[in-house]
Amino acid sequence: MVDKKIKTLGDALRRNGVSRRGFLKFCTATASMMALPPAMVPALAASLDKARRPSVIWLSFQECTGCTESLTRSHSPTLENLIFDHISLDYHHTLQAASGHAAEAAREEAMRANEGNYLVVVDGAIPLGNPGYSTIAGFSNLQILEETAAGAAAVIAVGSCAAFGGLPKADPNPTGAVSVRDIVTDKPVVNVSGCPPIPVVITGVLAHFLTFGTLPELDEYGRPKAFFGTSIHDRCYRRPFYDKGLFANTFDDEGARKGWCLYKLGCKGPMTYNACATVKWNEGTSWPVESGHGCLGCSQPDFWDAGGFYNALSIPVGDISRTTSYAAAAGLGVAAVAAGINHKTKVAARKRHDRVTIDDLEKIS
Amino acid sequence: MDARDTIPILIETSAATDGCFQNTRPLLHEIAHALRRLQLEGVATTLDLSAIPFGPGDERQLIDFLGKGEVSAKLEAMGESLIWESRYAGVWIVEHRSTSSERLAFQLEITKLPAILASQPEDIAESLLMLREALESPQADGTLV
Amino acid sequence: MNDSMDFLLWTRGTAFDVAIAIFIIGLIIRLFEIVSLGRERTLAEPKGSEFLPGVKTILTRTLPDGGTFKRQPLTVIAGYVFHVGLLITLLLFIPHIELFRETFGFGWPGLPNPIVDAAAVLGVVGLLAALWNRLTNPVMKMLSGGEDYLVWVLTFLPLLTGYLAYHRMINPYPLAMGLHLLSIELLLILFPFTKLMHTFTLFLARWYNGAMSGRRGVQS
Repeated sequence: MVDKKIKTLGDALRRNGVSRRGFLKFCTATASMMALPPAMVPALAASLDKARRPSVIWLSFQECTGCTESLTRSHSPTLENLIFDHISLDYHHTLQAASGHAAEAAREEAMRANEGNYLVVVDGAIPLGNPGYSTIAGFSNLQILEETAAGAAAVIAVGSCAAFGGLPKADPNPTGAVSVRDIVTDKPVVNVSGCPPIPVVITGVLAHFLTFGTLPELDEYGRPKAFFGTSIHDRCYRRPFYDKGLFANTFDDEGARKGWCLYKLGCKGPMTYNACATVKWNEGTSWPVESGHGCLGCSQPDFWDAGGFYNALSIPVGDISRTTSYAAAAGLGVAAVAAGINHKTKVAARKRHDRVTIDDLEKIS
Repeated sequence: MDARDTIPILIETSAATDGCFQNTRPLLHEIAHALRRLQLEGVATTLDLSAIPFGPGDERQLIDFLGKGEVSAKLEAMGESLIWESRYAGVWIVEHRSTSSERLAFQLEITKLPAILASQPEDIAESLLMLREALESPQADGTLV
Repeated sequence: MNDSMDFLLWTRGTAFDVAIAIFIIGLIIRLFEIVSLGRERTLAEPKGSEFLPGVKTILTRTLPDGGTFKRQPLTVIAGYVFHVGLLITLLLFIPHIELFRETFGFGWPGLPNPIVDAAAVLGVVGLLAALWNRLTNPVMKMLSGGEDYLVWVLTFLPLLTGYLAYHRMINPYPLAMGLHLLSIELLLILFPFTKLMHTFTLFLARWYNGAMSGRRGVQS
């Protein structure tokens, strides 16, 4: 907000005394963050040099602020600061100093000044059940989203709530929560799912827009393919154990200690597409599977309703044991009735075949 | 220097499982192929190690295996970068760190010399300007610089 | 919008419940009915025991008899290859065992995935050979009706979709897994009402054959 003068990223860096080597290093790190192949670095350098400063409006709806926490505690402050120093974050509930009318005025001002060019980042689902479920300054989430998205270049739905409805949408969905894509249909929407999403994935998408002025290639769920292109299972370092049939059966058995596959303990890695296995968390320290806990599938739609977190993926969502017992009982009941009818028929048939005596034969003849 | 080291918790890693997740070997094959390409066609390859699904200990095992060769360099630009040739000539390890010593990128470069070590044309141009400026402006005390 | 994931949740949820209920109810009705019908009392004096020959026949009929093998080698080989492949895949793949454990409360050790994978390939090859035999052998062709082909498809689809899902040849994975489950649900629903019932009735039939012979004092 302070620096309104439009300048390129290259200018900004040079003014800060950053050498070309420093800039190339920054490009290498950005390419790595955006999951671009290293061969793309020169092209990236050329684009980044000329990149201009976009305005970003961040809207928070039915959410827990975990996504913002994830982002602000991301592990490479220099890099992400550079990205954030270079975008103009004009509106963000949690991070902005302004409040009340001043805050709303800032949002409107940013929208007016950057009509058609600003980015909208959304975290949280939108309740449609009753507009009063979630309001900001007297406006419903739906109103704010529709109004803000109207002049946006693109919308980035951060976190599984914004991307797919997430926890608010979990069965029975009391607020009638929907995702950003259910509302915004006439603008490109990038889904950065996860609960929370990996911070570098959020900045990676911003960096992509900053660098190339376009949005990255998306998968069928609107997620950037660079990060969501392969499943957790396919990139898991424990995959060889799955292939060999070596599994942990409990969280403290020999298999668990030896780091064997967590499939039986409910790992949803095979159905989950995310970058945890390579990008990892907390400065690349570890990630759920490395810590000995299966993947919950948090970047997939409706993962809350996808059955028990500790049930193997091959186990159906419902109570299969109960269904089987009820069905067996019903089957036995019907079968008993059928057997009864059959028995009657049989007795009747036997009766008709009663022993024939000489007298009977004489009667007939 | 690593923020994690200040946390008074000892992270126990099982020595039995460390680095035995078999992710190193395929990578070494890839390095060998890249080295062959460099030898025959002069084509350099960069492998982004942050895109490799390493298990605990895998990375250390790889770096230990590659070892240290004749050259190592330290670059000071937006934080420290450590660049060294492994004991296999042509295989370089490049680790970029931020000003707060956190890793930004970790790559293997199979090349004669990592490009970032060479003086950059932009910086050379800038230096020439600065040097000329220094030569043209007479020093008050008459010394050369 | 969230097609494949919704599809997977439906096949893992409602669809599976419905399919397993129809399968269990149908299976029990048919088996109970067969058993409860019983057999006509035989008034003739038994010339031998029923039990041992009955058990023996259940086992011996598992091996092919020489005559059939000589006349229809492909029927026998394809049949065995397919059945062995299918049973290994069904009963010894660890994700399947987890499902049985959840249903019955107990499980058993499985095989490493590459072995199960090979078994699944055997199953598929066996089934294809059986179909080819059915279509080219004049006798088999004449004997085959619509139900035989339906049953072939019902059995082939779970093997095929399972193989494709395991090797992740259909993307995204939730779609692959959902198709696999759907094919199994079709199999489960139609199982009690088709020739697939032989999976269970073959034991009754063999027992009856063996026991009858035993009673009459002839070799089974």
